[in-house]
Amino acid sequence: MIEHDVLEQTIARALRAGGDFAEVFGEDRTTASARFDDGRVEELVSGRARGVGVRVVRGDTTGYAHTADLSAAGLGEAADAAAVAARDGDGQARVVSLTREPTTPYVPTMPPGAVPKARKVDLLHAADDAARAQGDSISQVSASYADARRRILVASSDGLLVEDDQTRTRFAVQCVAVGDTGRQTGSEGPGRTLGFELFDEIDAADVARIAADRALTMLRARPAPSGKLPVVLRKGAGGVLFHEACGHGLEADLVGRDASVFKGRVGERVAARGLTLVDDGTYRREWGTSVIDDEGAPTRRNVLIDDGVLTDYMWDLTRARKEGRASSGNGRRETYRSLPMVRMTNTYLLEGDEDPDGIIARTDHGLYCAALGGGQVNTATGDFVFGVTEAYLIENGRITEPVRAAQLIGNGPEVLRLVDAIGTDFETWTGTCGKDGQGVPVSSGQPTLRVGELTIGGTAGS
Amino acid sequence: MSDLLAIARRVAGAAHGGEEIEAYVSRTRETDVKVHDADVESLVVSERAGVGVRVVDGGRQGFAWAGSLDEAVIDDAVVAARDNAEFATPDECLGLVTVDEASGPAVALDLWRDDVTATDAGEKVALALAAEAATLAADPGVRAVESASYADSALEAAVVASTGVEAVAHRTSCSVASFALAGEGVDTRTGYGFSAGRAFADLDVAIAARDAATRAVRLLGAQQPHSSRLPVVLDPLVTRSLVAIIGVALGGEAIVKGRSLFVGRTGEDVAARNVTLTDDPTNPESLGASTHDSEGVPTRGVDLIVDGVLRAFLHNVYTGRRAGSGTTGSAVRGGYAATPGVGARALSLAPGPKPQAELLAAAGDALYVQSVSGLHSGTNPVSGDFSVGAEGLMLRDGAFAEPVREVTIASTLPRMLHDVVEVGADLTWLPGGGSGMTLLVDGMTVSGA
Repeated sequence: MIEHDVLEQTIARALRAGGDFAEVFGEDRTTASARFDDGRVEELVSGRARGVGVRVVRGDTTGYAHTADLSAAGLGEAADAAAVAARDGDGQARVVSLTREPTTPYVPTMPPGAVPKARKVDLLHAADDAARAQGDSISQVSASYADARRRILVASSDGLLVEDDQTRTRFAVQCVAVGDTGRQTGSEGPGRTLGFELFDEIDAADVARIAADRALTMLRARPAPSGKLPVVLRKGAGGVLFHEACGHGLEADLVGRDASVFKGRVGERVAARGLTLVDDGTYRREWGTSVIDDEGAPTRRNVLIDDGVLTDYMWDLTRARKEGRASSGNGRRETYRSLPMVRMTNTYLLEGDEDPDGIIARTDHGLYCAALGGGQVNTATGDFVFGVTEAYLIENGRITEPVRAAQLIGNGPEVLRLVDAIGTDFETWTGTCGKDGQGVPVSSGQPTLRVGELTIGGTAGS
Repeated sequence: MSDLLAIARRVAGAAHGGEEIEAYVSRTRETDVKVHDADVESLVVSERAGVGVRVVDGGRQGFAWAGSLDEAVIDDAVVAARDNAEFATPDECLGLVTVDEASGPAVALDLWRDDVTATDAGEKVALALAAEAATLAADPGVRAVESASYADSALEAAVVASTGVEAVAHRTSCSVASFALAGEGVDTRTGYGFSAGRAFADLDVAIAARDAATRAVRLLGAQQPHSSRLPVVLDPLVTRSLVAIIGVALGGEAIVKGRSLFVGRTGEDVAARNVTLTDDPTNPESLGASTHDSEGVPTRGVDLIVDGVLRAFLHNVYTGRRAGSGTTGSAVRGGYAATPGVGARALSLAPGPKPQAELLAAAGDALYVQSVSGLHSGTNPVSGDFSVGAEGLMLRDGAFAEPVREVTIASTLPRMLHDVVEVGADLTWLPGGGSGMTLLVDGMTVSGA
């Protein structure tokens, strides 16, 4: 993407005005997507963005600038702009010498760029047909296919030079069902860090059927209860609860800013026994997986909570440097235009030892959550919410009627203590995590589990 | 500016045969400052430019974008857009805006302030530092400031369609914000304050600091209340968010594709009598004001709901043709990498007669909602389901009483519109373009302990 000597010159120039650390991040991204909606192939979109971001760190201050001009002159200008935050240096030239570190990027067996557009469009038709075949009440189907290839390069004043080549593919379907009770929606959207071979693992028609069934189920749903009830989360459907309830609070930048309820609690019991939470950027080919993070650190499997005890936070380079430790491989950014910060990758609650059906059978009266939307947390207070998009009542140990979408609300540290059953099964969920205006691909996952009580924001009595 | 228009004209001019080409070219300059503990945490200086190319041929549309103004890269995008069009299903309503559709007077607006781009980065940093210091000083209950920030944006854009329509946009915006922390450990409460405007000189650090401090400190000691059915009083910021969701459901795309609770309801009573909702991007008071929409059509005021009766939807060229009512100049796009959608720019309820104090007194016993969470996951403009997390204060006999947290408020959007009791007179224009005011809504389910 950029010549070796140009990288070295740019880093040296960025440090001319002082600073402890400088870095060049290069990115070349190509994207392709296709959307089917309202009974027709609506549009195909192709995109290309290429650019470089230059970062200069001095003390606790970071300066950042970026450019789409990859010439030596363009990079030089970005280096000067990034250096504005570190203007009290001695002006002496530094010598920067980069050593390329070998990486082994994942090579897709079916690179999406080589797959004919017509094959991608066929998937959309298949999804529309499958969704509409689920019932006459399905009134609208929207299906989308998207792939992205992202080549990144990180070079820094530490002498690091490393590259990665990342491919992600996602397929999503949203359905609307219309009945006497109005309109309801259902959606499903799996994605992996894979090429077109994603479709060896998932079937477009199956994705469509799941979305359609969800919308049809919600047509039969009655108002959700309000107030506190035990909540059983189906495998995969509750990972985002832990992403919100504690994952964000374990990000070292928020901890450092005094904006986390988990500050100063490493080594303490923060969750029920048996609860182990990991963030694993290497996990299979999941949506949040990569070989290196966006600061060039290799991704890792990091245990955050071990059998209920808080073991560590997640770290990016700047926060780790300050503490004299290594990054945990959690420094990520949306594009070359954004400053990296501590982000989750694939965040999982590990399996326990209880039979999933038994967990439901032992719940007298509660809520069973089978699918969810997104969530949000205030890390400083630990208060979080997440939206349930498919849920049922549990009555006398059995799953009975569906209930309408509702928000669940709780407090992170409190919910961690209230987990009272963890199943032996496991599933993941694909999502986009937003923080400070940047979205990055993540997954979350968990076994079937029960939270002793959570507040459910329905409109009916509990 | 003229360079962007020249690029857009060149791209649109490449249309041949029966095809139509639209080029949207934009350049955005941004500054983003974050400070913490009287020190700069980050200073990001950003400039990005790119082009979005739409090709329509025989009712089939293809799109491609490039994050570059390099001629060769743009030409590649035109080729890709042309190729993409071949795979789309023909639709007779698809086509670029005609000269007729784009006719009509455009309002004259002056939306650019030189001081946003001319002010030195050091002054912008100083403003964020001042916001942090002022927040700490605003109330002895403030323990710390999680972060204070300054952000600005200067947008230049040109859109040219080969059908003979073109328009340019030129606007600035900036804001300073502070996020206060009060209380210790699990009793920590947070409060957000900001000041926003078109010009650097418009920003008022004292307002951001006061709001952040007040909002955090008044929640100290908040408890989870018992579940009940109560009237709620929405803070202007919350009202703005609620109105924005209603706006999505009134968008032509949702309507023509059957994805809105308002489908087929034109002319019906959809809200209480005191509810009148308008989107008027010609109003210079709105930070979303614009002379033209993203397809080059002059903007105009659109009365969506009048005295509770549904009157109109927002449309771009495509949805306007599908609906048979024509475009309302409501095309919006999320930058050069997106095709035009439909959206409001300056959505506002018509203010009612009562100032906030009188409205609170009229509410009697109610829940004052200071902020909500999970708005995205908890509201559905298709089904109308509404359930969000909330924090705020109880109102007893119209006066602020104990603070509450960890509650949800739930209803359905249609029911909430009918349950609007009072629209406050305290209209204020907010970032994002829409306005907010205090709103009293009856009969919400409040879930707590």
